[in-house]
Amino acid sequence: MKIAVLVKQVPGSESALPLSPNEKWIDESSVTFVMNPPDNFALEEALLIKEKNGEGEVVVISMGPSRIQKVIREALAKGADRGIQIEESDDIEKDPLTVGKKFASVLKEENFDLVLSGLQSDDTGMGQTGVLIGELLGMSTATLAIKTEVKENKIKVKRELESGWFQWVELPLPASISIQSGLNIPRYPSLKGIMGAKKKEIKEILLSAQNQLSNLQSMDKVSIPQTSKQTEVIEGDTEAIVARIVDVLKKDIKVI
Amino acid sequence: MDTLVVLESSRGSLHRLSKEAIAGAKSLGGTVSVLTIGKDADSIAQELSGVQLDEILIVKNEYVESYNADGYAEIVSQVIQSESPKNIVLGHTYQTRDFVPRVSARLDIPFIPDIISLSESSFVKQVLNAKLNASISSTNDQVILSFQSAAFSDESLEAGGSEVRLLNINLDSTIVRSKSEDPFQEEAGDVDLESAEILVSVGRGIEKEENIPIAFELAKVLNAEVSASRPVVDAGWIDSFRQVGSSGSNVAPKLYFSLGVSGAIQHVVGMKGSKSILAINKDPDAPIFEIADYAVIGDVLEIVPKLIEALENS
Ligand SMILES: Cc1cc2nc3c(=O)[nH]c(=O)nc-3n(C[C@H](O)[C@H](O)[C@H](O)COP(=O)(O)OP(=O)(O)OC[C@H]3O[C@@H](n4cnc5c(N)ncnc54)[C@H](O)[C@@H]3O)c2cc1C
Ligand SMILES: Nc1ncnc2c1ncn2[C@@H]1O[C@H](COP(=O)(O)O)[C@@H](O)[C@H]1O
Repeated sequence: MKIAVLVKQVPGSESALPLSPNEKWIDESSVTFVMNPPDNFALEEALLIKEKNGEGEVVVISMGPSRIQKVIREALAKGADRGIQIEESDDIEKDPLTVGKKFASVLKEENFDLVLSGLQSDDTGMGQTGVLIGELLGMSTATLAIKTEVKENKIKVKRELESGWFQWVELPLPASISIQSGLNIPRYPSLKGIMGAKKKEIKEILLSAQNQLSNLQSMDKVSIPQTSKQTEVIEGDTEAIVARIVDVLKKDIKVI
Repeated sequence: MDTLVVLESSRGSLHRLSKEAIAGAKSLGGTVSVLTIGKDADSIAQELSGVQLDEILIVKNEYVESYNADGYAEIVSQVIQSESPKNIVLGHTYQTRDFVPRVSARLDIPFIPDIISLSESSFVKQVLNAKLNASISSTNDQVILSFQSAAFSDESLEAGGSEVRLLNINLDSTIVRSKSEDPFQEEAGDVDLESAEILVSVGRGIEKEENIPIAFELAKVLNAEVSASRPVVDAGWIDSFRQVGSSGSNVAPKLYFSLGVSGAIQHVVGMKGSKSILAINKDPDAPIFEIADYAVIGDVLEIVPKLIEALENS
């Protein structure tokens, strides 16, 4: 069983997000990056499938500038066998169809049985890359997976539907499946894993110029959302904050 | 045809977001037709009989009695090819996430997802966990758009009627490769979040499992129930039946008191109907403050223990 896991590096949920001077994206110089949270669950699921099968290969693939080597290394430390970095300039690709096509051109060579990705990336949040790749490579697809069971040439997936409903779907392999958070408990890398990861291969792929794709959609500008709601801001030292909250609960909302 | 809205059935009736998508489609200008697929198609067409639309297109086929990604990707692609709409519009639902990217890849039409509003010729979508808005535009003649919950109000829909047209689509068994079982619900937990007057809701800002009891103590003095965001449930710190949001419960208590919840849309859709929202977050730019009535900027772990003390003494 040859499994690809797509792991994206994204700004951490508590990172500063200053706008870049041209206001097309953020200025990455003061951003702290982490592994996209659902991708961490996808990686764990791939490792569990391999361990259960007793054989196979888990290849972690990421696209972006050189900073993303950090998340590839992190995945290797957790147990992935090798890594592939699809190199990109500093400006990350924001057209999902172009992202999908670039991944598909690299994945095609490898003949994976299974491609696992996160349901959605925390930065651009397009929520479509795994499905695009599946379609481009002629694989079957499923999204919002919260349980997987691999069988001979098939995978059974429990999908999350809206408002507390679920559904089982059985797909023939090869398949591209996007993973919802919470389906397992991602491991931490062991010291041995961290040491071992240094020796594992990360192949760097620079897509050639003739592979340049024209974007069909573009992100033209980012801005800070404006609110219209009347909000009372409560801040200061802890004592003052607590006193005001008690007051609000008593006099404004009247719940105590 | 200017705009085609692809409708969704939610257990037999029109999905709420499909109705909002029709309203969104109207705001794009031009003619609006809708497509409904499967065994509920007639009753959904009936539901829309009082709404001003250009046409209601119906597809019925044994392979798409109920939803499956293979069949829907094929049918919607075929209809787009034969009808050539400029815009293809949907609600941003789980079903949309599941099959629409396949249509986008198959026909090489860009898919701009999860739109919250329109601005001139571009579409606005939240990025970076709702901390920023992005304007996205398409350079293609045709574009697929999905609208986030509540981006448009279905109250604005004009009364009227429309023609119904049955489309003949060829599908054979080789196209539907996956086997979908019937949807089911799991046993509910023993708390009823939906009827709680006050909810103390825990987010990842509680930092670790050992801090969870603080939330339960605060709930106790306030006579409240405890709810949680998804990451807290995923980590196993709180039972899943306490989750609020698109994949959890939809709540509207008198007071929603959140502790270290950032305010991602998938959480907010489940609680924005609350009468009062009081949020504690140490980040003054946290998106939850955009919908909060009371924005408490500070550390949950410092404020809440002191607050419990003060409430016990008062
Ligand atoms: C299809 C889909 C469905 C989803 N369904 C749901 C759902 O049903 N429910 C749901 O909740 N989410 C859901 N999510 C996930 C959602 O997108 C967010 O990831 C999630 O809501 C974030 O949870 P959080 O606010 O607890 O964590 P974070 O986003 O990590 O936020 C933590 C917050 O705590 C603050 N903080 C940190 N430490 C402290 C401290 N000491 N004191 C005060 N504040 C602090 C931080 O500033 C931050 O704002 C879904 C996602 C997808 C893609
Ligand atoms: N540049 C990237 N590098 C690695 N994985 C990616 C990249 N972009 C998207 N993905 C994968 O696709 C998933 C969905 O991303 P998106 O469609 O951008 O929301 C992510 O969770 C990742 O698993």
